[in-house]
Amino acid sequence: MSVKTIAGKQVNVSDDGYLEDMNQWNEDIAKEIAKEIGIELTPKHFEVLNYLRDKHAAGEALTIRKVGKSGIVDIKELYVLFPKGPLKFSSQIAGIPKPTSCV
Amino acid sequence: MSKTEKKPLEKVCIICAKGSLEDVYATLVMANGAVMEGIETNVFFTFFGLDGITKERMNHLHTATTGNPAMRMPGGIPFPTMLGGLPGVETAVSSMMRKQMEELDMPPVDEFLEMITAGGGTIYACKLAVDMFKLEKKDLSDEVTDIITIGQFYELCDGDRTQIIFT
Repeated sequence: MSVKTIAGKQVNVSDDGYLEDMNQWNEDIAKEIAKEIGIELTPKHFEVLNYLRDKHAAGEALTIRKVGKSGIVDIKELYVLFPKGPLKFSSQIAGIPKPTSCV
Repeated sequence: MSKTEKKPLEKVCIICAKGSLEDVYATLVMANGAVMEGIETNVFFTFFGLDGITKERMNHLHTATTGNPAMRMPGGIPFPTMLGGLPGVETAVSSMMRKQMEELDMPPVDEFLEMITAGGGTIYACKLAVDMFKLEKKDLSDEVTDIITIGQFYELCDGDRTQIIFT
């Protein structure tokens, strides 16, 4: 764990670059993390991010299947929004821990 | 201190030659996991593995209740082989397994294949096996890109950061 300044705010991040505390997150932090990954965030991205944050806060384990059934995006669209890391990158940008699910 | 450069995997080519529930799911989980990690993924189904992409069978795969020493009753007692041979037992055990997998958000086979192709993975059927089992393209899942020979499959396995996995 280390402290990192993202978008002018000091946050605790894991070795993999995931926020340790989802409450330190804000939209500017999301944009900056996304930029580092190479993703330009759109309102649709934020819909997914907020969905992930809600589910994580509720203690639910996340899978791309669940996101695909959320009514926000299907799995194909999720891959378009977060190429090469539909759950990994979206979780990182959403300020929640690295996903532990295998599906 | 020497610093070694990381060389992440770029492509996996997974071969599924067996048609039991666990064999096909091992393939699907590994393939989907690779796609989710941004790894280029090709899956090749051959011999009995074809059951995993045959429309009529893919969602009704069985796990062997005989000759499977790891098979346990709920609670952990070894599953008697004699019991496993009784009519209907394998079907019941298999549907129970599928139910438990569903609880972990593991989708049925048809949906799992869709998830893999949605992320850019490609699914192939082995020509020799398709001919042997007298199947046609229309018998196979719509997610199957093509029926190809093993030679064509190897051509897809180029690149120095590619691994072939035989499940």
